[in-house]
Amino acid sequence: MNVRGVEIDDTFAEAFAMSGAAIIITGPTRRWALNAATSITGFATSIIGCGCEAGIDRELGMRETPDHRPGVRVLILSMSPDELQKQLANRLGQCVLTAPGSACFSGVQGGPRLRLGDAIRYFGDGWQISKRLDDGRHFWRVPVMDGEFLCEATTGLVTQAVGGGNLLLMGRSYETTLRAAEAAIDAMRAMPDAIMPFPGGIVRSGTKIGGKYKGMLASTNDAYCPTLRGAVDSVIDASIGCVLEIVIDGLSEAAVAGAMRAGLRALVRLGPKRGAVRVGAGNYGGGLGPFKFHLKELVA
Amino acid sequence: MKPFTFILRGEPDQRLDCAPLVPERLAGLSTAEIARLPLNTTRKKITTGEMFRIRAGDLTSLRLEGGSERLDNIGEGLAAGSIEVEGHVGKAAGRNMSGGRLTIAGDAGPFAGSGMSGGRLEISGNAGDFLAAPFPGEIQGLRGGLVVVRGQAGERAGDRMRRGIIVIEKGTGDYAGSRMIAGTLIVMGSTGRLPGYLMRRGSLFLAEQVSLSPTFLPCGAFPFAFTRLFADHLKAESRAAARLLRGSFERYAGDMAVLGKGEVFVAARW
Repeated sequence: MNVRGVEIDDTFAEAFAMSGAAIIITGPTRRWALNAATSITGFATSIIGCGCEAGIDRELGMRETPDHRPGVRVLILSMSPDELQKQLANRLGQCVLTAPGSACFSGVQGGPRLRLGDAIRYFGDGWQISKRLDDGRHFWRVPVMDGEFLCEATTGLVTQAVGGGNLLLMGRSYETTLRAAEAAIDAMRAMPDAIMPFPGGIVRSGTKIGGKYKGMLASTNDAYCPTLRGAVDSVIDASIGCVLEIVIDGLSEAAVAGAMRAGLRALVRLGPKRGAVRVGAGNYGGGLGPFKFHLKELVA
Repeated sequence: MKPFTFILRGEPDQRLDCAPLVPERLAGLSTAEIARLPLNTTRKKITTGEMFRIRAGDLTSLRLEGGSERLDNIGEGLAAGSIEVEGHVGKAAGRNMSGGRLTIAGDAGPFAGSGMSGGRLEISGNAGDFLAAPFPGEIQGLRGGLVVVRGQAGERAGDRMRRGIIVIEKGTGDYAGSRMIAGTLIVMGSTGRLPGYLMRRGSLFLAEQVSLSPTFLPCGAFPFAFTRLFADHLKAESRAAARLLRGSFERYAGDMAVLGKGEVFVAARW
């Protein structure tokens, strides 16, 4: 399928169910809310090595946050509720509790609960203060050296979050492909409930499952490596000089589809001369993941 | 549907126990059966029908017209629905409430909201002593819910409260928040002597400067994020409280004569 000069592969991205959570981090200024959010989403690019995938969903204005301070909504996803709880508690304790002036609130209402403040309140060493409002919300106030850390007791667990939505961007040169990826990421970041967890939202080291060496869970996606063209069973022809991938996680199938759709539109808008000439997606034949995002349906 | 209405025929000549007049205890009764319910507290029997003219209506929404400070235990054990009183009430209004809404247009006697664990109690006039306090021998006062007093409260408001929020808009008598176990007590207007006396935990907000017991220690002023949450939460219930909570506070920790994990917030600008 060719849309305004950009070839869209007749394929689909295959994605998996994950456990997800959203939290809202606020700070005295936008700078400190972002510092805490950047820290908690650090080293969280891939479940393979990081234990979770995390990213900034969007920035929140002072009118949108519970305590009327600048804030950031962060999504964290992992393979199981238990692992997600562990990651959430560790990261909250090391990256948000520690950030000057920070506070943390639930980003998902209702549903099963994951412990936030409930998991780190004992840092207060007996001086933590519980505050429960009659609408059911519960908060912990933990004394710290700059005053106190306010943290909602729990946040909602999304059991049907989706991880592994992806787009493979193929361009003639390194410059055009990177430009295409940046344009796609800029459009996708505006979409709610979805994150692109890799550095700047883009991954250049796409993977295939397994490898020739014992113990390797994943290794380089040789079929898309331009330098291996001819040496392996390559799927890119001589016109492709560079391939970049965008991985998308979201709190729902619709959120991932929405972000992928926004990315595809941006790629088509940019066109093949300045951006990607071809767009594909990664899958495992469709037998593993319950979610399939067909590129043709998304650009239709 | 119109509320089920009780219209007081005249001033009672004895104190009345109005505890039966709550939606859950009236559910399933006919108007005639309701009229036969005894309310007497002396040996002289007096029934609901003798004291009130009854206008049938929705039994989940009760209305009492014509109040008296001899109407005791109004809304006792209220769990759901609403009771609206157009006048004064006697002691222990809203005692052991766990849900629903009790609205009193006049004054309330002592022990209003005593033992409450949920729901909303609003008193448009003044409240007597021991607002939301436990009865003698009980360990906890307010255990949840929201109490709003538009006027003044008497002595020892919020005594031994354990959870929940009390808002008093025009001041209290002595020992506001005495022996608090936890929870939040917000007082606009003046307070009497020794607010927070022997409080163990909990938060006491005071709009006006006050002489605290020397067993409270000044901690300084900080931008407390949680006060903004409370301001938003209370905006619809008490605009004065919301305005107070949006301000800044000096914090005092105490009462060091006991556990010392309580806090008194005194408005820095009000």
